[in-house]
Amino acid sequence: MGDKGFFTDTTVCIGCKACEVACKEWNQLPDDGFHFTGMSYDNTGHLGASTWRHVAFVERPAPLQQQDSGLGNFSWLLHSDVCKHCERAGCLEACPTGAIVRTEFGSVYVQPDVCNGCGYCVSACPFGVIDRRADDGRAWKCTLCYDRLKDDQTPACAKACPTSSIQFGDLAELRERAQERVEKLHEGGVTDAYLYGESAASQPGTAGLHAFFLLVDKPEVYNLPPDPVVPTAKSKEAWRSMGLAGLGLAALAVGAALFGRAGGGA
Amino acid sequence: MAECHPVGFRWVMEAKRRGATIIHVDPRFTRTSAVADLHVPIRAGTDIAFLGGIIRYIIENERYFKEYVVNYTNAPAVIKEGFKDAEDLSGMFSGWDMQEGYYKIQSWQYEGVEDVIAAAGHKEVFAQPGAGGPGEPRSEHITFEHHDFSLQNPRCVFQILKRHYARYTPEMVEQICGIPKEQFLKVAEALCKNSGRERTSAFCYAVGWTQHTVGVQYIRTAAIIQLLLGNIGRPGGGIMALRGHASIQGSTDIPTLFNLLPGYLPMPHAKHAKNLADYTKSNESGSAWWSEFPKYIVSLLKAYFGDAARKENDYLFDHLPRLTGNHSHMTTVANMADGKLQGYFVMGENPVVGSVNGALQRKGLRNLKWLVVRDFALTETAEFWRKGPEIESGAVKPEDIQTEIFFFPAASHTEKDGSYTNTQRMLQWHHKAVEPQGDCRSELHFMFHLGKRLKALYADSKDPKDTPIQALTWDYPTQGPHADPDAEAVLFEINGFSMGSREPVSGYKELKDDGSTACGCWIYSGCYKDGQNQPARREPAMAQSWVAPEWGWAWPDNRRLLYNRASADLEGKPWSERKKYVWWDAQKQKWTGFDEPDFIADRPPSYRPEKGAEGLATISGIDPFIMQADGKGWLFAPSGVLDGPLPTHYEPQESPVPNLLYKQQCNPVRHEWRRKDNPYHRAWDDPRFPYVITTFRLTEHHTGGGMTRWLSWLSELQPELFCEVSPELAAQVGLQPGGWCTVTTARAEIECRVLVTERIKPLRMGRRTVHQIGLPYHWGYVGRVTGDIVNDLIGFVSDPNVNIQESKALTGNIVPGRLSRNRRAAVDGPLVPLMNGHHRDLPGSGPHPEEPAQEKIESMAKEPEKLLPAPEEE
Repeated sequence: MGDKGFFTDTTVCIGCKACEVACKEWNQLPDDGFHFTGMSYDNTGHLGASTWRHVAFVERPAPLQQQDSGLGNFSWLLHSDVCKHCERAGCLEACPTGAIVRTEFGSVYVQPDVCNGCGYCVSACPFGVIDRRADDGRAWKCTLCYDRLKDDQTPACAKACPTSSIQFGDLAELRERAQERVEKLHEGGVTDAYLYGESAASQPGTAGLHAFFLLVDKPEVYNLPPDPVVPTAKSKEAWRSMGLAGLGLAALAVGAALFGRAGGGA
Repeated sequence: MAECHPVGFRWVMEAKRRGATIIHVDPRFTRTSAVADLHVPIRAGTDIAFLGGIIRYIIENERYFKEYVVNYTNAPAVIKEGFKDAEDLSGMFSGWDMQEGYYKIQSWQYEGVEDVIAAAGHKEVFAQPGAGGPGEPRSEHITFEHHDFSLQNPRCVFQILKRHYARYTPEMVEQICGIPKEQFLKVAEALCKNSGRERTSAFCYAVGWTQHTVGVQYIRTAAIIQLLLGNIGRPGGGIMALRGHASIQGSTDIPTLFNLLPGYLPMPHAKHAKNLADYTKSNESGSAWWSEFPKYIVSLLKAYFGDAARKENDYLFDHLPRLTGNHSHMTTVANMADGKLQGYFVMGENPVVGSVNGALQRKGLRNLKWLVVRDFALTETAEFWRKGPEIESGAVKPEDIQTEIFFFPAASHTEKDGSYTNTQRMLQWHHKAVEPQGDCRSELHFMFHLGKRLKALYADSKDPKDTPIQALTWDYPTQGPHADPDAEAVLFEINGFSMGSREPVSGYKELKDDGSTACGCWIYSGCYKDGQNQPARREPAMAQSWVAPEWGWAWPDNRRLLYNRASADLEGKPWSERKKYVWWDAQKQKWTGFDEPDFIADRPPSYRPEKGAEGLATISGIDPFIMQADGKGWLFAPSGVLDGPLPTHYEPQESPVPNLLYKQQCNPVRHEWRRKDNPYHRAWDDPRFPYVITTFRLTEHHTGGGMTRWLSWLSELQPELFCEVSPELAAQVGLQPGGWCTVTTARAEIECRVLVTERIKPLRMGRRTVHQIGLPYHWGYVGRVTGDIVNDLIGFVSDPNVNIQESKALTGNIVPGRLSRNRRAAVDGPLVPLMNGHHRDLPGSGPHPEEPAQEKIESMAKEPEKLLPAPEEE
């Protein structure tokens, strides 16, 4: 069973939110409440325990290459965000109960019957994807439609996407296809196009994403971290420095005791 | 299109991937603009000026497809001497009848020909010669008469067209539409460059074009461009009407419209259709395809009345209802409000939210004896008596409303068999997946059983007025626990059958006018060919040609592209290898191609009719537009449109500015309802209402919201009514982003949230700046999420051809804060003080002329400076 994933091409996204609705319908997720934000057409704000796909609407004061917006320095970037199913997943590594596992599809999956709601995963995700639900306290996020994959079905969001902005498939093939798309865009004059997180080389902090994106501006513009690093990636270093600090403190204490006694005796 | 037809937009994105240029013209930068190559912000209500500018560009720069224009359009036809263009009469055409308020179209005719029958259209509305009146069928082939194929005769259509649009210059487009000259030229050039032998361009439009007092003429303007560029009847060309709901195309083909019978046969008029002979005489054409008209009406009568319809009794033509005037939606509602109507069926519609002047709609409902609503949920229309804004404000008490309301829950498409007809005229069948729950039933079930009960009720009546119900055939077999009529039996009747054998006919060419065939809708004939449900075919794309003729079924005759004879040149060869579609096979002596040829199969391109030929024999080998009496695409429409043979820029009923092109401000034939509960603003420059309002739809909701505001997953995505305003307007008026504001017109006040966005920009029109406000109209007073009804703001005023309301361009005001706690509407009394001397041009021909209108031309003479753009306001 090869690794599966998403390639989300933001240049053909029309912001219809069919992915958000299909995800909620398939996974029977509750609404997030009815709040008008006044921020473009985004009224759900961000990914969370009950929003596993989220479409960002970025009204950007800069033109899109090869587009005449009729509005001067303006463009509207639309981008459907989702759990990245990192090759090296912070949530999975932080989970103390073993509730979060790597599946046979290479996706990162939270087993709701094992999760005890400790929330360590929440702070361990460099993207702010995983979240605890207020009512039951457990952590929830995109499952890559694990139940659908078991039946050889496409995840609900990719199935519903009318413009093939969300493409699902074998990761290796998706990466190839995405590379071709970037080249085609470059040829057509959209030289800003690049892939975000498609490989370990381009994003060492996560060792690459199983759900990666084609963007045309800096990641921050899409509310994505420019250099995400899984916290546990630094743990060896952290433990080493903590060990060294401990040793240093011990030495200090021993020294203080020795010299103190010596000084005291003087 | 991305906003309202995201699934269809898949193919636009696919085209873009393959190198197509996407141009989006819209007052607002929408989700479509986000992925377009070029977005052109336009002042709402000025598209004819914009498209007319493109026509001028094509003609002036000789970019038209000459061979196509000369041979396949009516460009060379010479128009009668007495014809006067809008250029000659300050925005009016010859033939204006001041008394009646409409055009007499005799002077618009071809030289040497009387009363040309239009291909389709509301021929009976005004019952005049050539528009369905008692004219003589004309049988001589028009192309023999008075043509100038050099296109030089000053009275030929081409020269009239050239003069008509001569003043629609890029500078004029900039002044009227607020589109910078350079951007306009970019669009015109892109279109011209992408048309011709090797390439084609397509237009897509939706209600942003139709919902105007000149709605039909918007589409006509696009048709002229496409004919000039040779983009009709060819693959990748055409004009696509994106319909507002599933199967709206179906509901015009087999109509829910007051003035049409199935297959675009006109509804008979009481005065002019005393018998079948009168009726057919004024609607059949002597030449081209409408010469077949009698076959279609007789077969329809046989489908309605079966064996009881005989030649001796005029096939019971007398049993058809008759028009006595305009019975369109707005007229009906106005009559309701005046207590002239007793009952009202509302099925799959929510007029209180979706139609205009909601307060007047609710006043109408209050004055009924009974109301039937069929829908998925209790809509605003069903709940008007206890939750409407009038009830909330205390202006009306529920106990004072005597209307008895019957609510019938409706089955959804997964709970019933049936078909959808999409914009491509393609029928696709859907099968019932589950039984409807509880009391939910299909429309078919409801209408069938209602009919059965009516028949039982009148079975023994001796009253002659009840004979139509007694004579009606109503024998569909039923099935299942609820006695559901068999939807395929209805499809079979629509297809048509031979009266003797009861075998289905294979298409409309088999229909007869002697009573031996029955057919429910002639254009759909063939949909049950060979006893097979053709719309249910689902051959995968990979298993057939790229035209995919075996997926569903398209009318007529499973043709996927209408008038496709035009895809081949005069000799019947494709214009280019790249755009090959149908062609003449000289060896087999027949038309062939990827699609079903839209032509007489064995008629060679070299065929020319003899003088005196009649009927189908008049169609020459180079007449691709076989429905038109002359077989040509109409740049100039001698009949069929009531407001002029050529589209002309008129300002909307309410505009910020005067008409810069003509003295005539608005469409002179528009319908007005001059009533105290439907007040209008000044025609232009109304200081009380300085901004342009345009309404729109969001992807997240469907029309009046009756289907979507009950769903939490959709409601959370767009939970509240808002208006879209530019940062400039927000600053000028003092609107806070995310805060509240009140939007007002003379009809009503509504409250909504403020969405400040760069996507809507103030337009510069010469020295003047015009601000536009965008309002999505999905909210009402029931559902998971609620909000004010935007359409309450809009007045009753309509296009004369199809009676559609003008909801895409009007004027209004906006102020910060929530001012209408006790929401008010003109129905309860005047909202704003009346203005004296409000100048308005020639009146519309509304059915309710309560007060005489002032003549604009007089006031223009007194105040010529009004024609100049006003100085900068800020």
